[in-house]
Amino acid sequence: MSTETPDSRFPFFHEAEVPAGGEGWEEMYPYYMVPSEETREHDDSLLWFADTMHWSRGTHPFDSIGAEAVYYGVGTFSTRIFALPVSLGLDVRVFNGYVYIAPQGITDPARIQERAEVFQKRAGYYYQNWDELYGKWKTKMEGAIATMDEISFPPLTEYEPDSVVDEATGRSVSMDILENYHRLTDQFLATWQYHFEFLNLGYGGYITFFQFCKQAFPLITDQSISRMVAGLDVLAFRPDDELRQLARQAVELDLVTTLREGGAGSEGSVKARELRAVLESTENGRTWLAAFDAARDPWFDYFTEYGFTHDQETWNSDLSIPLGSISRYADKIAAGEDIDRPIERLQAEREEIVGEYRALLTAEEASQFNELLNLARTVFPYIEEHNIYVEHWAHNVFWAKARELSRFLVDAGLFEDPEDMFYLNRFEVDMALADVVQSWAIGVPIRGKQRWRAEVERRRPMVAALKSVTAPPAYGIPPEQITDPFAVMNYGVTTERVNEWLGAGQDENGLAGIPGSLGIVEGPVRVLRSEKDLPDLQPGEILVAPITAPSWAAAFAVASGVITDIGGMMCHAAIVCREYGIPAVVGTGYATARLTTGQRVRIDGKSGSVTFLDDETE
Amino acid sequence: MYTLNFTLDECKDVRQVGGKAASLAEMTAEGLPVAPGFSVTAEAYRRYREESGLKDFTTGILNGLSPEADQAAFDKAERTITERMKQVGMPEDIAGPIREAYRQLCADTGVEDIAVAVRSSATAEDSVDASFAGEFETWVDIVGEDAVVDYVQKCYVSVYSGRVLSYLAQKGIDPHEIEMAVVVQKTVRARAAGVMFTLSPTTGDRSRIVLEASWGLGLSVVGGEVTPDRYMLEKITLDIVVREAGHKHIEYRRGDAPQEVPDERQDVLCLSDEEVVALAHYGKNLEKVHGGAPQDIEFAIDEELPEGQNLILLQRRPETVWSNAERKPKFDAAAGMMSWITGSISGGAAELGGSGHSH
Repeated sequence: MSTETPDSRFPFFHEAEVPAGGEGWEEMYPYYMVPSEETREHDDSLLWFADTMHWSRGTHPFDSIGAEAVYYGVGTFSTRIFALPVSLGLDVRVFNGYVYIAPQGITDPARIQERAEVFQKRAGYYYQNWDELYGKWKTKMEGAIATMDEISFPPLTEYEPDSVVDEATGRSVSMDILENYHRLTDQFLATWQYHFEFLNLGYGGYITFFQFCKQAFPLITDQSISRMVAGLDVLAFRPDDELRQLARQAVELDLVTTLREGGAGSEGSVKARELRAVLESTENGRTWLAAFDAARDPWFDYFTEYGFTHDQETWNSDLSIPLGSISRYADKIAAGEDIDRPIERLQAEREEIVGEYRALLTAEEASQFNELLNLARTVFPYIEEHNIYVEHWAHNVFWAKARELSRFLVDAGLFEDPEDMFYLNRFEVDMALADVVQSWAIGVPIRGKQRWRAEVERRRPMVAALKSVTAPPAYGIPPEQITDPFAVMNYGVTTERVNEWLGAGQDENGLAGIPGSLGIVEGPVRVLRSEKDLPDLQPGEILVAPITAPSWAAAFAVASGVITDIGGMMCHAAIVCREYGIPAVVGTGYATARLTTGQRVRIDGKSGSVTFLDDETE
Repeated sequence: MYTLNFTLDECKDVRQVGGKAASLAEMTAEGLPVAPGFSVTAEAYRRYREESGLKDFTTGILNGLSPEADQAAFDKAERTITERMKQVGMPEDIAGPIREAYRQLCADTGVEDIAVAVRSSATAEDSVDASFAGEFETWVDIVGEDAVVDYVQKCYVSVYSGRVLSYLAQKGIDPHEIEMAVVVQKTVRARAAGVMFTLSPTTGDRSRIVLEASWGLGLSVVGGEVTPDRYMLEKITLDIVVREAGHKHIEYRRGDAPQEVPDERQDVLCLSDEEVVALAHYGKNLEKVHGGAPQDIEFAIDEELPEGQNLILLQRRPETVWSNAERKPKFDAAAGMMSWITGSISGGAAELGGSGHSH
């Protein structure tokens, strides 16, 4: 932050410096995704906060399609379909490669009233038929994923295939390539429409229960409320449960040492391949491998974060990630630890807690409590489960197909490296693709080969420059009060948090965040910028990351605490963190920027504070 | 039985032990710790009255009082009866069990020559204990088995004090209907003490338990003479969520004059986490026992008793400020769920659902 910036606001986009080497980055992204002269007045009037929950690193130009999809989806449902009374969508910008968003509110009472009526009618239909419509949603999602999965980009051959003649199709198969590209991007946008079909209504149901609890018990913690609602046997835990099951089996089959020596490690897939060979040489090893392979589809189609970047690994694409987790669990079992999640006991405890709170209420309050708890529990499975369908399964297929397209472009001679395509945004890819197929059809060299190759070479260091710095938590002018319930719930962006961000430059002794999970712990931190650094994490260290994704669960078993840059009480990461019972402070804004590995801190998951214990590394 | 320990089931019988001892026994049975002790039963008193024709003697004296008797007449009756009672003394078949019970109390608590309080727990047919409130004396810091026997007898004698006799006459109660059961209970030596509310006294949040405590007896907390330590717990899980050390510059060791607290203790917490949680646990139980009504409880940590037995509840009464306030649910029941949701997601801007107020 520049020193002249007054404390009442963050820098405007046009005041901010571009990281050295990143100059001219704006041209890489669709024009409507970057701040411009035309939008300056609008941009300067808003608070833009970094969506590092979804994009923890700077995004490649092609990958910015994710930001379009997400905020097209949420906008549609908030603004046009359900007509949330006071909230429109979230405006979105890519700035210095990072994604920033700004909630758009409504203040005109007449318009609020009109929208409230539309909302009650439309949302009411969904709440009344929740289970049935959610059932349909799963079918739609599975259909969308299957549709994307059928898309292919086979290399173009010297002559059109015989089928073009035999079936008298009358058109080139290269047109299928163009169509498939459009279908792929359209289908991707559609999965993000589906994503928001239920999400805000789900939050709405939960928030209503939440507010009831806050009034009935003014001091109740957010954790206590979510504990009454959260499911214990939901899809979200399934991938991790598969790892635990495989660990148990490894112990039974006496493979703990084999896995420890052969599985995890930064060498990744190479080591995983060697391990497979070792396992295949024994009877027990083959039995275990069969179970391992059975679990991979679909449970290892699981991103280490949320799959918003083309180069993010899934468990399946880098087996050292699940193998390392399995090995850790197996070591724990072998050491006599119980790693089971005792679902029945947790369920009974949950009902006991609910019963105790209810017993403190009057009869009239208790009946409202019951009604709202039911509502919250009806909608909550969607909040917990949708990530598996959209962020993991749909994204997995989307990126697999995008990579297939990039290989097609390499085969066609446009690029040398499959990575190159991702330096183009989705419209530039469309243009390049048109060039490739038309040149091929005509029988001439690709006309923009030099042009695109040069452009990629120019952009490669630019993108690297953007990614080399962390994202400031916000730009622009904060409103007096942040009232958007979704910004608060999902992103943890509250009035207090923003004020702390503004004052963060002055506080030399610590960071403030949102209490994510109870407990106090002291220890050295390990700053992880990506899931690829996970093997570096040592037992007892406090994990510091832009976000903590649910697939890091096995790392939580090693870490003594968690600190993140972004996220609120209800971000999926916080839910899972609480489930695994380690202290967490989320939404600190600057943790990855201000902490360095080895630095000692104390975190208090109750107050949401991080205290620096030694400052020689600052 | 001439004596009954608070831990015995029979000690819950009001007719046998009087209201005070019965409630102490009931609290003990409910797992709520009171200062340990025993009751000298109504049966012991009846046995005493039969000794050496005492009953006939007192009947004669009292029947001699006219209905218009004045205080002087009552005082005269007191003197006559007291003199006779002193002559008679405590029969050994009552004194023996009292001595035995006292020795047992010393053994149970591990305190040699334990200091006790001796107080009446009078009972009478068709009369509630409360009728006698404040009429009978309490003696504290009684030490040794002989002294305890003496003070139990003092308690018996006190039924015939001029003041009590005139009070009973006013109420139309025959003094012979009174059966003087006696409570013998350890005098609390508070290392620390304070008050506990089974709700948040500032917000009325019933999912919280709040304690304030200071060194020594609870007088300094109740009287506002110190800034006490403050603890808050979640009632459901009993997690301690607030732990604030106060500034406790004085303490009452024996209830008379306060003394300075050494510097090194003034600003450190006077209760351990274990003690706070255990006390809160008791508070939560007391509330349950009383039909869920929030409670206001005085407690002490006894420095003579061994750990695990040293938490003492001294008094409890229903909390009244928040308990009597009218409470309404957050949302207007008539408006319906959709209207509640609409209000909730609109941050109050779309006031369709109403927004109940707690006070």
